[in-house]
Amino acid sequence: MLYRLLSIVQRQRTSPGWQTWSSARNSTSVAESHSITLPAQAQVVICGGGILGTSVAYHLSKMGWQDIVLLEQGRLAAGSTRFCAGILSTARHSSIEQKMADYSNKLYSQLEQETGIQTGYLRTGSISLAQTQDRLISLKRINSRLNVVGIPSEIISPKKVAELHPLLNVHDLVGAMHVPEDAVVSSADVALALASAASQNGVQIYDKTSVLHVLTKKGQVTGVETDKGQIECQYFVNCAGQWAYELGLSNEEPVSIPLHACEHFYLLTRPRETPLQSNTPTIVDADGRIYIRNWQGGILSGGFEKNPKPIFTEGKNQLEIQNLREDWDHFEPLLSSLLRRMPVLETLEILKLVNCPETFTPDMKCIMGESPVVQGYFVLAGMNSAGLSLGGGAGKFLAEWMVYGYPTENVWELDLQRFGALQSSRTFLRHRVMEVMPLMYDLKVPRWDFQTGRQLRTSPLYDRLDAQGARWMEKHGFERPKYFVPPNKDLLALEQSKTFYKPDWFDIVESEVKCCKEAVCVIDMSSFTKFEITSTGDQALESLQYLFSNDLDVPVGHIVHTGMLNECGGYENDCSIARLNKRSFFMISPTDQQVHCWAWLNKYMPKDSNLLLEDVTWKYTALNLIGPRAVDVLSELSYAPMTPDHFPTLFCKEMSVGYANGIRVMSMTHTGEPGFMLYIPIEYALHVYNEVMSVGQKYGIRNAGYYALRSLRIEKFFAFWGQDLNTLTTPLECGGESRVKLEKGIDFIGRDALLQQKQNGVYKRLAMFILDDHDTDLDLWPWWGEPIYRNGKYAGKTTSSAYSYTLERHVCLGYVHNFSEDNGEEQVVTADFINRGEYEIDIAGHRFQAKAKLYPVTSFFTHKRRKDDVELSDFHGK
Amino acid sequence: MSISALLSMGRCCCRCCCPRGLWMLSAPCCDDRRMCVCPGPRRIGIPVRTSSLPLFSDAMPAPTQLFFPLIRNCELSRIYGTACYCHHKHLCCSPPYIAQNRLRYTPHPAYATFCRPRENWWQYTQGRRYASTPQKFYLTPPQVNSILKANEYSFKVPEFDGKNVSSILGFDSNQLPANAPIEDRRSAATCLQTRGMLLGVFDGHAGCACSQAVSERLFYYIAVSLLPHETLLEIENAVESGRALLPILQWHKHPNDYFSKEASKLYFNSLRTYWQELIDLNTGESADIDVKEALINAFKRLDNDISLEAQVGDPNSFLNYLVLRVAFSGATACVAHVDGVDLHVANTGDSRAMLGVQEEDGSWSAVTLSNDHNAQNERELERLKLEHPKNEAKSVVKQDRLLGLLMPFRAFGDVKFKWSIDLQKRVIESGPDQLNDNEYTKFIPPNYHTPPYLTAEPEVTYHRLRPQDKFLVLATDGLWETMHRQDVVRIVGEYLTGMHQQQPIAVGGYKVTLGQMHGLLTERRAKMSSVFEDQNAATHLIRHAVGNNEFGAVDHERLSKMLSLPEELARMYRDDITIIVVQFNSHVVGAYQNQEQ
Repeated sequence: MLYRLLSIVQRQRTSPGWQTWSSARNSTSVAESHSITLPAQAQVVICGGGILGTSVAYHLSKMGWQDIVLLEQGRLAAGSTRFCAGILSTARHSSIEQKMADYSNKLYSQLEQETGIQTGYLRTGSISLAQTQDRLISLKRINSRLNVVGIPSEIISPKKVAELHPLLNVHDLVGAMHVPEDAVVSSADVALALASAASQNGVQIYDKTSVLHVLTKKGQVTGVETDKGQIECQYFVNCAGQWAYELGLSNEEPVSIPLHACEHFYLLTRPRETPLQSNTPTIVDADGRIYIRNWQGGILSGGFEKNPKPIFTEGKNQLEIQNLREDWDHFEPLLSSLLRRMPVLETLEILKLVNCPETFTPDMKCIMGESPVVQGYFVLAGMNSAGLSLGGGAGKFLAEWMVYGYPTENVWELDLQRFGALQSSRTFLRHRVMEVMPLMYDLKVPRWDFQTGRQLRTSPLYDRLDAQGARWMEKHGFERPKYFVPPNKDLLALEQSKTFYKPDWFDIVESEVKCCKEAVCVIDMSSFTKFEITSTGDQALESLQYLFSNDLDVPVGHIVHTGMLNECGGYENDCSIARLNKRSFFMISPTDQQVHCWAWLNKYMPKDSNLLLEDVTWKYTALNLIGPRAVDVLSELSYAPMTPDHFPTLFCKEMSVGYANGIRVMSMTHTGEPGFMLYIPIEYALHVYNEVMSVGQKYGIRNAGYYALRSLRIEKFFAFWGQDLNTLTTPLECGGESRVKLEKGIDFIGRDALLQQKQNGVYKRLAMFILDDHDTDLDLWPWWGEPIYRNGKYAGKTTSSAYSYTLERHVCLGYVHNFSEDNGEEQVVTADFINRGEYEIDIAGHRFQAKAKLYPVTSFFTHKRRKDDVELSDFHGK
Repeated sequence: MSISALLSMGRCCCRCCCPRGLWMLSAPCCDDRRMCVCPGPRRIGIPVRTSSLPLFSDAMPAPTQLFFPLIRNCELSRIYGTACYCHHKHLCCSPPYIAQNRLRYTPHPAYATFCRPRENWWQYTQGRRYASTPQKFYLTPPQVNSILKANEYSFKVPEFDGKNVSSILGFDSNQLPANAPIEDRRSAATCLQTRGMLLGVFDGHAGCACSQAVSERLFYYIAVSLLPHETLLEIENAVESGRALLPILQWHKHPNDYFSKEASKLYFNSLRTYWQELIDLNTGESADIDVKEALINAFKRLDNDISLEAQVGDPNSFLNYLVLRVAFSGATACVAHVDGVDLHVANTGDSRAMLGVQEEDGSWSAVTLSNDHNAQNERELERLKLEHPKNEAKSVVKQDRLLGLLMPFRAFGDVKFKWSIDLQKRVIESGPDQLNDNEYTKFIPPNYHTPPYLTAEPEVTYHRLRPQDKFLVLATDGLWETMHRQDVVRIVGEYLTGMHQQQPIAVGGYKVTLGQMHGLLTERRAKMSSVFEDQNAATHLIRHAVGNNEFGAVDHERLSKMLSLPEELARMYRDDITIIVVQFNSHVVGAYQNQEQ
């Protein structure tokens, strides 16, 4: 590796572009695949010969797919893969990334044995340093999660750090996390080994071949146009790294892959006089924004600075590539940080400052999955500088996705379909990645909102609500109110408000929740995805009955909660559908379902010109009137009786509110509280809002935000798709049996799986946990992803949590598994199993006792009004 | 504090010279202009009258002033030690060398007593190193910025069709007071009836009345001198018939730059008389107006009018006092007239115009466009000696000052150096009481035999702009005392072109350790950070002028100390600074050049 990096360094002066640097020396073992002519057709064409492309090829070929062609525009394992710092770290914030990194680690460790190619794999371990208590909390949370999945790690004292790494200055540390099995490896060699193994399995690899664009027909991949000719293919995999965005847009039907490159710098030094041991652990000093690893007796150190330099905003630019050079002034803060951490390095001689652009995505998570617009177009890119750590696992999941239709893990948070065209503006990406890159080493606290790329989609009421003190969060580009700061109250500044403990808005949300419980609140929920499905005949009903698990053949005006399931019975979407008339349905889905649900419906609905699917999200403003007095406000505004006798729960009617006609009023809330959803054509939004607020005044109306909503829905055990529900959870596993009508006479998607599951029992079960000995003021708050212990044994993780102002306790939702004592295999989970357990939730290493419930705690509620009972009984019945 | 208060208390004069007793001791440090911002010399030295004790309070840093009532003689060493510590640490140890004292002033008998305990004081300064720790009364960076930016002004020449067709892109100006109130003035205006733009800095002495008047009036005189005969006629006719007047100038003023309303009528009448005379002189032949001549005429005419107005007086007692104050105080002027590629600089006194030229290799060099009219200028010395009888050759310039008193050898106002003794006495006696009671005005310069000794006639320099001429710095001597012209040009040049012009560092094949690299980068960052704080080139210059440390980098600590000096102390450490940075439009200048080729 030394030699290679050196040779790169030497070449940089003469070579015109870094991505084209040859690595002839290393391609010997990779099949001599420089044939002139490309095959005319293949099943899969993979674009990109970096670590991701080769990993996908490797895994696809392992799974038995033979007819695979991998194209690389330059040389194999060039580009970012070549310049990767080579640190493999499993200490990641999200569970899925943790799993991918763990798999990568295991894969790379045996790759040398498997292929005979030296990968430089060395198990050095890593130490993540904490300069502050908050950082230590963050590390403890990761530590808890690593331990339960069997990755050894421990929180250690500064003294122990000094023992593990003699050169470190540990005086300013409060602690650290040691992960002994983390490794360093040469990423370029890993890619070459993967490519070599893949080619032995029949994958054909062609370098110096550029993909120009992908050919599609009727929304389906048909082939690839390269600079060396066409290849017909069924599947295309875009692993083009920082060029993936450009390549996606080059299609006739553009595929939006939102990512953007930033320059990234790391330093190489010559060896120390007494060379560093090769097994010296890698150091991650996130508070100092740097990482440090040993490199040939010297060190390699880089970091994620506060002021990143985005690059290639206008696409691949030869000039910019040529101008990529060492920028010492830019590196100065990181160098200072390095010398503070290892003062003895002062005398170490510099070898090189490497500038290698890395790709970042708008939410700091990588992008994988199938395009929502072109079937057979898969993407794996945007690794946020963790390409090496995640490469193996990501390649495996994508290969599974292609071969089996879906990966073995829930990867929704990485799914390309979480983004839409709205995230593909170059300006947006440029601004957002400038925020994302520093965030790599910023403290990750609960409820963090991105500050850039905001105010893109807003409700017509945005300014009104903003003027009333709304604080905003963003989902899928849509601004949603979190809570409303009263005029006389000051909240902490953004930086100061970062906390793992009780947040400063606690009292504000409490008063909003109280108002929802006792009077009436209005929440702007316009961000919800809204589709209309209409047909000339019964086609709409028929196709919906096939797509959804609940029975939609209900009388006009009724609303049905239902899941949109996949073949395995897992939730692809959880939505509410109102039957507007015999042939037309109004469908409400979570905000971030806009792209995914649309793609799913398009994929499974028959291509029938008499069946019309329309996205009406932008046409309606949604106001949620929530609370016992909502009924009074609405009847006063509409001169219509709104009592349950006249307007039963889960009922939808177009009516007039104030002067405005044609408002879709639905007697449902998304929290289990009594109330109504108003779907208002946007031109009436301001009018209806003003009317509601002025009439509501005497009922004590006030604005509320999503934090209040969250507290309300979690304490009533309302699971939300994307957080608690995902593609791998079925209705039977989360108490959604009532939303499934197995006997509705139609073989809907997922029915077989559910039938089987009903017979065999479920292997995990969503439960609600009420924390018992948790002090809200003093203890760390739960967030999500905390390990759940049942009778002292790991049983699962939480998926969401909130403070319940009614119960005056924290409530977490989470899945309970039944891992066998003997071999760790999953066993059937019964209600009895849940009920007979003693539970603990581990928050950053501290276990809190919790009571598990399978149903909401009704006894805690006081039912003053009949309507509550109706709502609640309905809830039980759902 | 108003000027009248200063005059009547007689303290103004004392402040001019008394502190020098103290400063002589640390004088050697003043030799290094760039590194030490010790008090600039007062322009006019007048004998001392007051007792010594209050002077110490002048010399004390702010914090010690709080304890003033407690000060006893025995504590003087400590106080003086601290005062000295702030800014002269590296040089105080060399022996005091009076001959090199920049505070050129002959000790007056009354003042000699003051100087006697010098040897003792020297011991005190020796003890400086053991003196109390420096006080930490630092301004925060935002506070520093708000002080520095209080007077900043920027003007951008408006574009037409997205193109700036003027040879000037715009200008930045700023001033930092040391006197209270500030005695410097600045003006900028666009000529509306002729082409071109006028920019000027004016450095007042013995009060701000004269510099204020000149800053208001001079550009009108210049503009009128430049007007063709027909336009003058048109204007005169308009005034005659009460019609609306053609606007002559468009001013570009900072809100703090004021015009006196009371005197406007008086000033207008004088101006009208001037153009009437111009009309009479010119018999209609529309010869090309020579800018150089126009500038000289305007300067001389304005000074003449100032003098006349004071002699004639005004029935309004306020105005009467005003015109006298204007005449008895003085001001230097440095004015640039830019019209296309023609740049004229008219200078009277010791302000300076400096052209920033970017060489082909990107480096900066300074081209001086004006000559200082002071004792450092051989030709001025020559001129003065020629203008007066031989027997005055020794007395006309003494201690590098005109008649041993005045630093600049040319100035507006200052009728004490222009009028005959009779005239001075007559005017003072018939003048208002405030004037009559004033020591300074009554004081007749020694060896005053053949007035006038002073003139306002400017020296005019012409420069034809080239594409490599990037900017022009006009500044009062407050800047030039503290910074070398080469540094001034380099700092402005680097500021205007942006730091991306700073050569990037490359390791190349050299052996560099991490520590060395770190030191280098820290230094570069210090330089850079001061650039990004300023949106105004003049502010940036002032920041350097006041805050530069020995490495030529802005030192916040030093900046903070200099700016937190109490009003009455500030003048001893620095002079008023006024700066205008005019940026030229190289494209337009280049186009002119091509056109002619």
